[in-house]
Amino acid sequence: MVNQTVLQFTGLCKTFGATRALIDVSFDVQAGEIHGLVGRNGSGKSTLIKVLSGYHVPDPGSQLTLNGQRVNLPISGPEAAAQGLVFIHQDLGLVPAYSVLENVRLNSWQAKGLQRIDWKKERAGVEEELKRFNLRVQADTPVAALSQVDRAILAIVRAMHHLGNGSNNKVLVLDEPTAYLPTDSVERLFEAIRTVAQTGAGVIFVSHRTDEVLTITDRISVLRDGRLIDTVTTADTDEKALVSLILGRALSSLYPDRIKATSGERVLEVTGLNGELLRDFNLTVDRGEIVGITGLMGAGHGEVPYYIFGAQDAKSGSITLNGRELKIQKTTPAEAIAAGVALLPADRLNLSGSSTASVEDNVALPVFRRYFSRGRLQLAQVRDHVVGLLTTFDVRPAIPSYEFSALSGGNQQKALLAKWLQLGPNLLLLHEPTQGVDVGSKAEIFLRISEAALAGTAVLIASAEYEDLANLCTRVLVFDSGRVIGEISGDELTEAKILDLCYRGARRQGAPGMVFQWRPYRVRFILRGTEPEFAKTPTRGATSRIFRWQPHRVGYLETDKGGASTSRSGAHGSTKGGFRWQPHRVGYLETDKGGASTSRSGAHGSTRGGFRWQPHRVGYLDGA
Amino acid sequence: MALINGSTASQERARRSGVLARRLQAYSILGAWAVLILVFTLLLPETFFTLQNFTAIANSKTATVLLTLGLIFALAAGEFDLSIGAALSLGAAIPAWLYAEYGTPVLVGIAISLLAAALMGSLNALLSVRYNIASLVVTLGTGTAVIGLVAGIVGNSTISIRGDWWNTVLTHRTFGLYTSFWLVLLIALIIWYLLQHTPIGRHLYFVGQSREVARLAGIRVNAYRYSALVTSSTLGALAGAFLLGNTGAVQARIGQFFILAAFAAAFLGSTAIVPGRFNAWGTVVAVYFIETGITGLQLLGLKAWVSDVFYGTALVAGVLVATLATRLRSRLSERSTL
Repeated sequence: MVNQTVLQFTGLCKTFGATRALIDVSFDVQAGEIHGLVGRNGSGKSTLIKVLSGYHVPDPGSQLTLNGQRVNLPISGPEAAAQGLVFIHQDLGLVPAYSVLENVRLNSWQAKGLQRIDWKKERAGVEEELKRFNLRVQADTPVAALSQVDRAILAIVRAMHHLGNGSNNKVLVLDEPTAYLPTDSVERLFEAIRTVAQTGAGVIFVSHRTDEVLTITDRISVLRDGRLIDTVTTADTDEKALVSLILGRALSSLYPDRIKATSGERVLEVTGLNGELLRDFNLTVDRGEIVGITGLMGAGHGEVPYYIFGAQDAKSGSITLNGRELKIQKTTPAEAIAAGVALLPADRLNLSGSSTASVEDNVALPVFRRYFSRGRLQLAQVRDHVVGLLTTFDVRPAIPSYEFSALSGGNQQKALLAKWLQLGPNLLLLHEPTQGVDVGSKAEIFLRISEAALAGTAVLIASAEYEDLANLCTRVLVFDSGRVIGEISGDELTEAKILDLCYRGARRQGAPGMVFQWRPYRVRFILRGTEPEFAKTPTRGATSRIFRWQPHRVGYLETDKGGASTSRSGAHGSTKGGFRWQPHRVGYLETDKGGASTSRSGAHGSTRGGFRWQPHRVGYLDGA
Repeated sequence: MALINGSTASQERARRSGVLARRLQAYSILGAWAVLILVFTLLLPETFFTLQNFTAIANSKTATVLLTLGLIFALAAGEFDLSIGAALSLGAAIPAWLYAEYGTPVLVGIAISLLAAALMGSLNALLSVRYNIASLVVTLGTGTAVIGLVAGIVGNSTISIRGDWWNTVLTHRTFGLYTSFWLVLLIALIIWYLLQHTPIGRHLYFVGQSREVARLAGIRVNAYRYSALVTSSTLGALAGAFLLGNTGAVQARIGQFFILAAFAAAFLGSTAIVPGRFNAWGTVVAVYFIETGITGLQLLGLKAWVSDVFYGTALVAGVLVATLATRLRSRLSERSTL
């Protein structure tokens, strides 16, 4: 299995009219390798995947070799499957209303035609496969009831099932599998991907997230403007180097200069705001200031923009805007807009923009009234205005008549930012402004935000992108369980400091942040960034602790009630409290098998499994 | 097109091909209509291709056009209104009954029925906007109940107002076409202007397409939904009044037979002139397109059942064409964003 090439592209070209989408791309995937494929929107990434899946016909001269055999292009679906090539796209292609069993089997029942389906046998088979991927779900559960990450893993289970157990090597293509996953569950998907790689299959992993690519892959190929720029070994690269390969320029330009001084002119004042999670929240934002609010998932910071905008009703508290108090229960978005507030929600296709409307209508929505003159809507002027905005905000293509959903994530977000900034708001509220946005668009968005602030707009960003906040904001408020537990500004404002605060709060209060997940028969824990050194990739903690054998005193850690007492210097998670005694339902962590192969960037060791069910030989996690 | 200064040559080409595809779709129904007329003309040179036949088609369908024009308000706002049939019954039967029973002037009767229909629309809106019940369910219920009430009041016989002023004026011919036809054209013009050339129209489409996006853009979404449902009911009753004036005699349950025709025309119309949107001229064209087909088939000797078949087919075909066209467009867009 060593260094066996399972897939190889040579001289791949693809031309659309005058556009050269792929220019002489050659790369290979080895057996057992996880190969990252990265690049900006429009770099040719998706074209490459679509050539591979047979959707696009490549130009003559392009060659594809699978398992050492030349394949005729375009490759047909059944042929691809026969050659061991299988795809998982962002939408996963599962049927939500159907059960896990039905989804995995779909068209591969052992019974044929009118034969009776042997449910027992099928179920046993599926359960076996689920087990292999550490997916603890019932075969009869409808897929709709599964969490996002379980669905993603199920898609992998199904893909591997369809490839069967044949001896020829397989290639699994994952196209942006993490785009819709909460950050703290990504590691579980990675485990499943590693399981695939361990069987000797090659994996192509397409993603925008450089940190994920650096964590999971063995090698990374970078595409830019249709050319393969380089294929690098993951262990020998870091985020900075990777991003500059993707962009073709250095990373330092990702963030504009941080705005440190503020005018002192108050725009927004929030006092005693209570919401669903939010408790007694106070905030002031000045003209020209960029304030970040952050925390772990479910810490409550995400609610704030919606309350201020009147999109949701807060329970109590007062909000004063430009010296005028807003009625907390009665304010509508219309009034907020009239008062100079703009909100860009996180949900791009359901709240921020209308996917079926045109780009023009989406961008012009808040200003249609301005273009109503001489008895009619001046459509030509609207179009001129929108084209101007699209050009200014570097939206590509700058074609107003396009359907909004046809734009890439980054371009959608730039267009939506234009939609709100054209109003010249005095308060701009942003929720996760760079979610699912490529690096290049990210830089553009940061620049626009910064420019708006310099022009006098007060900006409030609710986000879990700690690095972005650290580089962009004047100050950052960290939330935990609905309360602000710290404020960082000036030179203190670093990503590590934000993280430290996020997790310190979590440890002190026993909030989710370091939680053991109860898995009958396989207790395992998800340890997240318990110490600042791991800060870079908080979702991937280490598990190099030792279990002490204590057969009569085990159970599972409900919440990390004891964590607070450990020092920052590396004494990870203790177990002083919170264990529920469950002698018959536990296992132990054997060793940290995963540590070695992960990247240099700081994402040490993952937990990849390794639990052996041993009801009589377990102990508890010692406080090291 | 100097204004596209930011886009490259290939983008410009892609944009043009997108625009072309859209234009092609926008007017393809006119082409199909021409083909339909040509075929029937070849089959029935004596009876079909006559001025008399065409004016008959134009004059007989004014109520359907008006009813459908009302319906597109509700559909554009993302609401289904199945009570338009009841509104039509209200507008047609109540004035006729008041006229026959009490000698009430027809115009007064029409005013009363418009008010009643607006009330029904408000009830629809209250239940579906305020209490968040699916408008499909609400309007199915209120529509059925109101038609029943109208039948209860008016009875099952056909009531005539022939010779009355309203009947005479609406059926007065100018260039061979009824006054009602010209009035409906005027109303279509106004609706076209409202939907296509005012911010109100743009906002209404957004409310239908993405309610939350509209709300977060400061649009008073509920007010739009409310108005749309009231408008569709009121225009439905006006359509009933037109039907009464055109035919001079109506029956209480008449509205039931118009619902499918209106929906078929509305969906077919949303694929034409301004593809992807419920629009006034698309609606007018769609009604007459369907009617041309039905008249032609009936002249060929097919019986009345053919209209049901045709309406049903047109409804499904309209939606199918719209879906396929959307897919084609997004595919074209996709190719050029690579």
